[in-house]
Amino acid sequence: MKFILMMGMKTDEESRSRGIMTWPQEDIQAHIQFMLGFNKQLKAAGELVSAEGLAWPDQAKLVRADKDGAPVTDGVFPESKEFLIGYWVIDVESAERAYQIAARASAAPGPGGVPLNMPIEVRQIMSGPPEM
Amino acid sequence: MQFEHLLRELAPQVLGAILRRYRDFAAAEDAVQEALVAAATQWPREGVPGNPRAWLTQVASRRMSDQIRSDVARRQRETAAALEAGYVVPAPDPGSDCGEDDTLILMYMCCHPALTTSSAIALTLRAVGGLTTAEIAHAFLVPEGTMAQRISRAKQTIKESDIPFRMPVRDERHGRLRAILHVIYLIFNEGYTASEGEQLQRADLAAEAIRLARVVYTKLPEDAEIAGLLALMLLTDARRAGRTGPQNEVIPLDKQDRSLWDRAQIAEGVKLISAALTRGAVGPYQLQAAIAAVHDEAVTASDTDWPQILALYSVLNKMVDNPMVILNHAVAVAMVHGPEEGLRLIAKLEATGRLRDHHRLYAVRGHLLEMAEQLTGAIENYQAAAARTASLPERNYLLAQAARLRDLQRR
Repeated sequence: MKFILMMGMKTDEESRSRGIMTWPQEDIQAHIQFMLGFNKQLKAAGELVSAEGLAWPDQAKLVRADKDGAPVTDGVFPESKEFLIGYWVIDVESAERAYQIAARASAAPGPGGVPLNMPIEVRQIMSGPPEM
Repeated sequence: MQFEHLLRELAPQVLGAILRRYRDFAAAEDAVQEALVAAATQWPREGVPGNPRAWLTQVASRRMSDQIRSDVARRQRETAAALEAGYVVPAPDPGSDCGEDDTLILMYMCCHPALTTSSAIALTLRAVGGLTTAEIAHAFLVPEGTMAQRISRAKQTIKESDIPFRMPVRDERHGRLRAILHVIYLIFNEGYTASEGEQLQRADLAAEAIRLARVVYTKLPEDAEIAGLLALMLLTDARRAGRTGPQNEVIPLDKQDRSLWDRAQIAEGVKLISAALTRGAVGPYQLQAAIAAVHDEAVTASDTDWPQILALYSVLNKMVDNPMVILNHAVAVAMVHGPEEGLRLIAKLEATGRLRDHHRLYAVRGHLLEMAEQLTGAIENYQAAAARTASLPERNYLLAQAARLRDLQRR
């Protein structure tokens, strides 16, 4: 079964004031190390399909087509929106296993090495037609 | 693997030979790929044939004539007028055994201005570099099907634009050669600083770019810019081992362990660029190579001959109108005349709006503000750069810079 594990980032003032931009260097390094190790473990376990980090939302644009089909971009977002900043696609035996992996990502270390326990959205990926 | 090297070297020569007979670039390229695959499976078992090039040419030719025969047969089935079948297998051209020049002609073809740069890159790697579609896809972190499509569209463009398989006419040659150098340099950069993803260096692409530049250089040794480009890549690539740490983290030039640098490669690059510079007609690649050489030859970061680098950047800045060069020039100015002078140049550049919101502008300004001991401004700029870069290792590096200064302020 394939799942996508999505990690978000809030952009409101309050969230920013606690964000990674405010942490001591040591804690940032520890967080980065954790993430690198986490990906390595998933790969070694044969469960990682892909993992991508996204550029931060500062440059994100909302795009719609105008009536001629030309792109209309909108760069100003309402405050306190949550943005996707990274995701993992995993292939695992069960939903429970996906939740376990998500919980490990959630507990990535934050300031002072304290687990962040951030929300990770887990969604199953649609599969092909069932085998006959 | 010895024969793999041989295959890569022979690939463009064989393709050139096939193209001389059949003209159809797309089909010829496919036939050569099939011949390469056949060689890669047979040669390790049965040994490399006495004349490997003739072997590959023969196998590829056979594929071509099979292909043509089946096309003809299909046509004959489809149309009653069997006689109008337009394909005739031409006799092998005995006179043209000039594999050397074929490689260069192929390069011109693959880097033709009718192609987008991403297509030109993919096509060059496949047709000239002899890489498989899977290898190219892997190097650029895209699915194989996507890369296959990119390559086949590039071939389609060549077909539609009627780009002939021959040397460009004399007047065009200079501009077309610049396009080749540009494509090679882009391949190198893609390998050296992956523009996205976790892997900062994808060594294979850098090595391939250097190999391609060597091929062009041996064909046209008198062109100083080719020598300049080759030297630039050698001198930059020589620092590879020192450039990232064990966790793939970025280590800036002034913090690198210089004992890890590849001295042999530096020596080769320095020799190349020194010889090229005496030949006159100094160009941008030569100047950048000269700058890289000054960095490489400094025993420690503080030994760096910044006045020399500044002089070179000043010449380069007059020669090309490139905001990245202006930015690097500002750093050199700061190193020689102090950070305030450099910051003034950056403010001027920003006012033109040319690098608006580009992460490099913020990163460089952060660095110069730190030099000027304006920590708050430096932190803001490092953070702004971190929020804008699309390179994960670079973002991590910038975040660490900002955090380091914040830690200093807290004390």
